[in-house]
Amino acid sequence: MVKQLAVISGKGGTGKTTITSSFAALAENAVIADCDVDAADLHLILDPKTFETYGFYGLKVATINKDLCTACGECTNFCRFDAIDKYMHIDVYKCEGCAVCKYVCPENAIIMADKKAGEYYCSNTRFGPMVHAKLSAGEEASGKLVSNVKRRAHELASEDDRDLIIIDGPPGTGCAVIAAITGTDLVLIVTEPTVSGLHDLERVLLLVEHFRIPALVCINKYDINEEMSCDMMAHCQSRGVSVVGLLPYDISPLDAMMNSKAVVEYCGNEFSDRIRSLWSEVISQMQGMH
Amino acid sequence: MKIAVASGKGGTGKTTVAVNLAIALGSAQILDCDVEEPNCNLFLGYDLEKQEDVEIMVPELDSGKCTLCGRCADLCQYNAIAKLPRSIRLFPKLCHGCGGCTLICPEKAIIEKRRSIGLIEKGTNENCSIELFQGTLDIGEPMASPVIRQLQAHIDESTVAIIDSPPGTACSVIASVAGMDYCVLVTEPTPFGLNDLVLAVEVVRQMNIPFGVVINRNGLGDGRIEDYCRTESIPVLMRIPFDRDIAVLYSKGIPFVEAMPIWKENFRELYKHISKSVSYRGGV
Repeated sequence: MVKQLAVISGKGGTGKTTITSSFAALAENAVIADCDVDAADLHLILDPKTFETYGFYGLKVATINKDLCTACGECTNFCRFDAIDKYMHIDVYKCEGCAVCKYVCPENAIIMADKKAGEYYCSNTRFGPMVHAKLSAGEEASGKLVSNVKRRAHELASEDDRDLIIIDGPPGTGCAVIAAITGTDLVLIVTEPTVSGLHDLERVLLLVEHFRIPALVCINKYDINEEMSCDMMAHCQSRGVSVVGLLPYDISPLDAMMNSKAVVEYCGNEFSDRIRSLWSEVISQMQGMH
Repeated sequence: MKIAVASGKGGTGKTTVAVNLAIALGSAQILDCDVEEPNCNLFLGYDLEKQEDVEIMVPELDSGKCTLCGRCADLCQYNAIAKLPRSIRLFPKLCHGCGGCTLICPEKAIIEKRRSIGLIEKGTNENCSIELFQGTLDIGEPMASPVIRQLQAHIDESTVAIIDSPPGTACSVIASVAGMDYCVLVTEPTPFGLNDLVLAVEVVRQMNIPFGVVINRNGLGDGRIEDYCRTESIPVLMRIPFDRDIAVLYSKGIPFVEAMPIWKENFRELYKHISKSVSYRGGV
């Protein structure tokens, strides 16, 4: 049975990828899935060698055949997304691919065309196989691309007899995050002791509760505001969520990043020791689950 | 004048720039479009008053009229309607509210009802010179863009509107920065910062919006952002140093221009630079 661990945060820039890359280094038999598809960074550390590339087609986009169009304006009237102006020009950024215009067009002048919205890749890294993606700039359906990445990661894990998928998740609480945590066995939330960190942690805890997914919390840079860290721990405790890691502010994750290394492979300082114990804690919690 | 603050990478300082810029100008409007995690008011501390719910139209089925023809499910591009052997199942959270199913149903068995997915609130400072509109996406709701679009309907063209965008480069960022006069991209001088800046530049160039870069935590990492901006002829509008005091103020929710007034002048200079390049381009 393949287990899935997702690392998410609510707030961006709290250290998800720093932690995921180290987990990838420490895991013995995992597939890594970078689900931050519109601002992916994990590849900068893991240096993947791609062996399969897939096109990603999200929502279709309407196009009007001007030879058939009589400018009756029905498409403009019925489009709820303001994507068609009165000159029958389609704004591809606004078009959500609903196909209502095609349905209402009396001249059959509109077709719904496939639009490539990105790619996803299967690659090898020094820590094992990795599935990752690139959403084209400004595209919709990032949740759907995340689901594709996860599905391919699951297939690779099954083919290769790997027992864990480690997911580097996106920030926020919307479609991409929901897609990233759906079906996972455990979520690790990485936060930082700032007012924004606390606010976003509260929201992301509500999100995992909403989807009934067990969660653990790690406070990164806990020592930049220890009072706030205490508040966060109390908040987690009141919600029945364990804080399993306190990482100090340290320059070594950045140094490791500058050298394209995971921090645990880059140096053996206190920071990486703490990540190692965080990893053991997370793994033992996962093993204790049924 | 409408200025978006965006970034690609999360946690680089979008909210910091948006809030401090507004305070430095003294008179401005802030629209917090990071509706999945709105943070501006943590630094402003205004009393927020609810303005409205954000609602989208979703289908409701009259199963007495439904003949299970399945045309609604065939038309729906979002998998929000599934035809099962003996029933039609609706998944309202996947619905984009296009209205197609109500149009196509030959039995008129589908009507639309409103479903709330978020809310919009407003707050101001004491003398009402700074106005905040905040959008919040309800927990468990996937679609941020309708909240962002409705929030943008509150833009006051007569003042400086500052839009705090969500991170990334996907549709919610497009919804936030579309139609702006200028976009400030906030980044940090690290490999991740550069990687995600390049992606964000691709978006604003595609949308034909003039833009410049603010380097936050300057002094960390190396000179790769400066090198990139020089090669690409992108103006570096401001450099905010990597400074423990600024980080501590941030952690407590204090806009750093309040504690370090010299920075007010720097933000005003930033604004001057922006308005010059906008008017040069023939904009506002």
